[in-house]
Amino acid sequence: MEIQNILRRPRGRRSEQQQELVTMAQPLANPQNAKHVLETKGLGIYYGDFQAVTNVNLTIRRHKITAIIGPSGCGKSTLLRAFNRMNELSPGTRIEGEVLFEGDNLYEPAVDPVEVRYRIGMVFQKPNPFPKSIYENIAWGARIHGFKGRMDELVESCLQQAALWDEVKDKLKQSGLALSGGQQQRLCIARALAVQPQVILMDEPASALDPIATLKIEELMQELKKNYTIVIVTHNMQQAARASDYTAMMMLTDRQTRSGTVIEYDDTKVIFTNPKDKRTEDYVTGRFG
Amino acid sequence: MTNIARFEEPMLRKTFEHEIQQVKDDVLLLGSMVEQAILNSVDSLKKRDIKAAQKILDDDRLINMKRFEIENKLMVLIATQQPMAHDLRLLASCMEIISELERMGDYAKGIANINVRMGDAPLLKPLIDVPRMAQIGVDMLHQALTAFVNEDVETAKTIPVHDDEVDALYNQVYRELMTFVIQDPKTIERANWLLWVAHNLERVADRVTNICERTIFIATGEMAEIKSTDDEFWEKQKNNR
Repeated sequence: MEIQNILRRPRGRRSEQQQELVTMAQPLANPQNAKHVLETKGLGIYYGDFQAVTNVNLTIRRHKITAIIGPSGCGKSTLLRAFNRMNELSPGTRIEGEVLFEGDNLYEPAVDPVEVRYRIGMVFQKPNPFPKSIYENIAWGARIHGFKGRMDELVESCLQQAALWDEVKDKLKQSGLALSGGQQQRLCIARALAVQPQVILMDEPASALDPIATLKIEELMQELKKNYTIVIVTHNMQQAARASDYTAMMMLTDRQTRSGTVIEYDDTKVIFTNPKDKRTEDYVTGRFG
Repeated sequence: MTNIARFEEPMLRKTFEHEIQQVKDDVLLLGSMVEQAILNSVDSLKKRDIKAAQKILDDDRLINMKRFEIENKLMVLIATQQPMAHDLRLLASCMEIISELERMGDYAKGIANINVRMGDAPLLKPLIDVPRMAQIGVDMLHQALTAFVNEDVETAKTIPVHDDEVDALYNQVYRELMTFVIQDPKTIERANWLLWVAHNLERVADRVTNICERTIFIATGEMAEIKSTDDEFWEKQKNNR
């Protein structure tokens, strides 16, 4: 119920108890101990008349990294964006079925989508820091979100969690845009952490980075999953194999409709060593894609 | 449209497929080298041909070199092609299979060594069951490698049954040799040599079972041990005492 209340509250107002939760150094404890943080039931996603995703039934496990893989155009990013209602930013988008967050439907009319995006943060393919100082990149969102605690501590904590603190602690006033691509991406992760999300969605977070920066992001994900739940879309199968605990394989349901769905979802080890579906086998072994 | 075209084109990794086929061919070649070494080692012992035994000892280096050559190819394929799923199981299993084959080559080498060490001493008894053991073991190996190449799970499951025949022959050889030793304790050394030969051949059949297990793993992803009849054999030996 707590989460439901938080999601539905008008922006800018917060009970004392909720304020206390938000100002905690660590993310929220599991409020309902629901088995799965996110769950989709019969999820279909439409862009106008075109159905991009069909009948996805997926459960995202708490404090685990779930990878979504599949060939281009099969709806991976669309599915990811449905987890925090980012799709609504494109006109004509609608869904059928349900997306449950801690057991509550994210798409109920009373739910505030902005609040959803605080709870379920997102990191994009291209690092997109604000054209502001490193410090402000983190402080800004938290301040707008009503953070009243010690900002310096929050900034340090987020940068440390994003494994960036040691590299930027002496130049917090410098522009975030002056950092390298890998550092910018970690800054974006730190920025997402500043509003205390429970889930972090990552849409190909390392595809624009070199191998070392990529490995840093992957190592960071392993640290972050202790406190957060991560869902990552990636084209890099080695990355999915290395970094994730569970893997969902998406594919077009048929060639005419060009709508994607999850064809296999299992432990990452199983997907990459002994997948059950022939299409997954063909994809992960590079026989088509 | 691009995706649809790819959808209909399942052979995206022709180079990799070709290299996998080469590895399989190499494993078969190594297998035939080992089969020949085992048959030759027993034949040269039967004929007490020390020169032939010496050649087997020399040729074992070729078997070892071939094994390292395949191992190297496998390492390069794993590093450069990042195999997954069936490809990964196949390449990882090949690594195991070539190790088994190399050890079987060592058993042939061991038999040739015994032949050389026996010097002028005559065989304690004519070799009848020992060549049979060798032939069954080699037949098993041949079938196991064919099953491996074809990923024929059913055959792979039935081959280890022949291990019982090898075990039975080993048991028989053991009893016969013990009879000699009891009648004349001076024959201990010569009996011991032949017992080691039989033991080596018995181990060949055991290792064939391991290859069959790998074949099942490649095809199905299931890593299961085929029940060894050796345990029953040793249990019987214990009860007979």
